[in-house]
Amino acid sequence: MDIPRDHLVDMYETMVKIRRFEERIREIYFEDKLPAFDIAAGLIPGEMHLSAGQEPVAVGVKPHLKAGDAITATHRPHHVAIAQGVDLKKMAAEIFGRETGLGHGKGGHMHLFSVEPNFGCSGIIGEGMPVACGAALAFSRRGTDNVALSFFGDGAANQGAFHESLNLAATWNLPVVFICEDNGYAISVPKAAATAIPNNSDRACAYGIPGVLVEDNDPVGVYEAVGEAIRRARSGGGPTLIEVKTDRLWGHFEGDADAYRSDEFKKAMAERDPLVTFGRRLLDEGVLSESDVDSIRERMYGEVEEALEFAQSSPYPQPEDALNHVFA
Amino acid sequence: MTTATDRKLTTQKAIAEAIALELERDESVLVMGEDVGVYGGIFGSTEGLLDRFGPQRVMDTPISETGFIGAAVGAAVNGLRPIAELMFVDFFGVCMDQIYNNMAKIHYFSGGNVKVPMVLMTAVGGGYSDAGQHSQTLWGTFAHLPGMKVVVPSNPYDAKGLMISAIREDNPVIYMFHKGVLGLGWMTNNPRATGPVPEEAYEVPIGKAAIARPGNDVTVATVGLSVHRALDAAELLEEKGISAEVLDLRSLVPLDREAIVASVRKTHRLMVVDEDYQSFGMSGEVITTAVEGAFDYLDAPPVRVATPDVPIPYSHPLEEWTLPSVRRIVAGIERLTTG
Ligand SMILES: Cc1ncc(C[n+]2csc(CCOP(=O)(O)OP(=O)(O)O)c2C)c(N)n1
Repeated sequence: MDIPRDHLVDMYETMVKIRRFEERIREIYFEDKLPAFDIAAGLIPGEMHLSAGQEPVAVGVKPHLKAGDAITATHRPHHVAIAQGVDLKKMAAEIFGRETGLGHGKGGHMHLFSVEPNFGCSGIIGEGMPVACGAALAFSRRGTDNVALSFFGDGAANQGAFHESLNLAATWNLPVVFICEDNGYAISVPKAAATAIPNNSDRACAYGIPGVLVEDNDPVGVYEAVGEAIRRARSGGGPTLIEVKTDRLWGHFEGDADAYRSDEFKKAMAERDPLVTFGRRLLDEGVLSESDVDSIRERMYGEVEEALEFAQSSPYPQPEDALNHVFA
Repeated sequence: MTTATDRKLTTQKAIAEAIALELERDESVLVMGEDVGVYGGIFGSTEGLLDRFGPQRVMDTPISETGFIGAAVGAAVNGLRPIAELMFVDFFGVCMDQIYNNMAKIHYFSGGNVKVPMVLMTAVGGGYSDAGQHSQTLWGTFAHLPGMKVVVPSNPYDAKGLMISAIREDNPVIYMFHKGVLGLGWMTNNPRATGPVPEEAYEVPIGKAAIARPGNDVTVATVGLSVHRALDAAELLEEKGISAEVLDLRSLVPLDREAIVASVRKTHRLMVVDEDYQSFGMSGEVITTAVEGAFDYLDAPPVRVATPDVPIPYSHPLEEWTLPSVRRIVAGIERLTTG
């Protein structure tokens, strides 16, 4: 692998942190919701979309980011937020609806916003893509070499916002990288039933921009493809559309019976779990030793516990605070 | 005519049953939307329909609301009777042009010659910490724009009858089901979400309010889940000697203004409970109706309990404070009847 060791280690660490965070969120999410699942109950109420399996897409981008780069993510935002360095404590606190959260409890897990790093997400499909174009417009007007990255699902590629954003970015030669996380499903609808071509990256040619396909859920593949696209964008070469074939290991949302995917399919996914395969590869290639892996795990798990601890010991906002922040 | 029945259904099952009966009766009816097929609708509104009617009649769509809702308009104009599901009403922003510039205006532009017989069904409502993009009701937005009927059932019987009426209507109907009245296993259980529903097809007329509970001291006019909240509040107030009449408006367009006026003339006091944003919405319209039709009968200025003009917040204490809770309704009625 032709990648600096510290980047590989960083990607792995971040994957461990993301997965641990989500495993713990998942545990806590269900704590007061079972045996009879009640979506409103518990420390973390509401919908919860976890990204386990999709970590490579986020961590493969991470080493190429620099201060001021903007990211827009989706309703499944945790992996991307963590990889960009959004404050884990404040993010956890937001998910627990606490005053100390990124949005003082107003937004919750689908609406995480951070100024530094520059991160936003949305529960509306395709909504982040035009916003990323606008961020890129601001960067080019202000003469910085920052880029905007927009993550979206394969389902989102059928929204008007996808097509309009690609055209806008191409026509205005904006420094944007569009990253499609193709996990093969939009809730229960398989991609093949909703999209007329197999690869969304092929749609780039309709807008005269490069389209790149990363065929397996490998952080190194993402690292390389995104690295090139970001270099091009930073140097004035315009937008790129990248598509990564990835896996959503768990249900669309927590509590989803996931009956629309077969047991064989789920078993095959579990066997190619990117956290396991990437870890094994780093061990095999001597990038990490067993004891490195242990210490990474210990540190990342510790960071996650600290964030959860902070969140759960933080106060709730005052009810009347609901009226704040409508206008600046 | 409907027969008396002991059979009880949840509102969700009543909706799916209404659609099934119409799919069976009329070949031009079809359903389309995200996850309406294999999944049976995220809120169960199309449960079991794919198995019975197949993918030609029950169509899973891409996440392309402009595309498929616009396609429903075109299909309706050309002889079909589509039911399109917009999964959450909050997503209307991506497809509103097809809704209010096409669906709602074609009949008018054609001088009455072209009909758009379609139903746009959609889930509304909060109360379970899904935050500001998945918890709104927004019926006021649709009711404000001419050309579409806006229906909001509160119970299983009405849900079935209103859906059948909506499908048979020659006008576009927005059918908004509140998640909290569906009787879904995974939503906090609401005992009134299950009730008697006749097996056969029947219509509940669109534009007729129902008196959900008769009373003498105050009229509480509302729709959807707030009917249940108002009924709970009325029970609590009864113990204090206050008799509240709960008026379930059932539709915003047409609005049963006569029922509002008649009830206010009887009770002399009006409260509107609206889970939608307070300003420029249903509460203002209902109060204006009462002032215009029953001004001399009003013993006190009307009161409204609505969602203040802020996006619905995520955190539980914020959301609870924001939505029109039983607590807020009781307090409002006490002020209205003793003040
Ligand atoms: C405009 C809009 N339509 C529908 C939805 C409901 N919805 C939420 S997630 C989802 C599927 C998204 O699929 P994809 O873009 O592939 O992302 P994934 O969930 O697979 O990560 C849908 C239909 C929504 N949030 N916004």
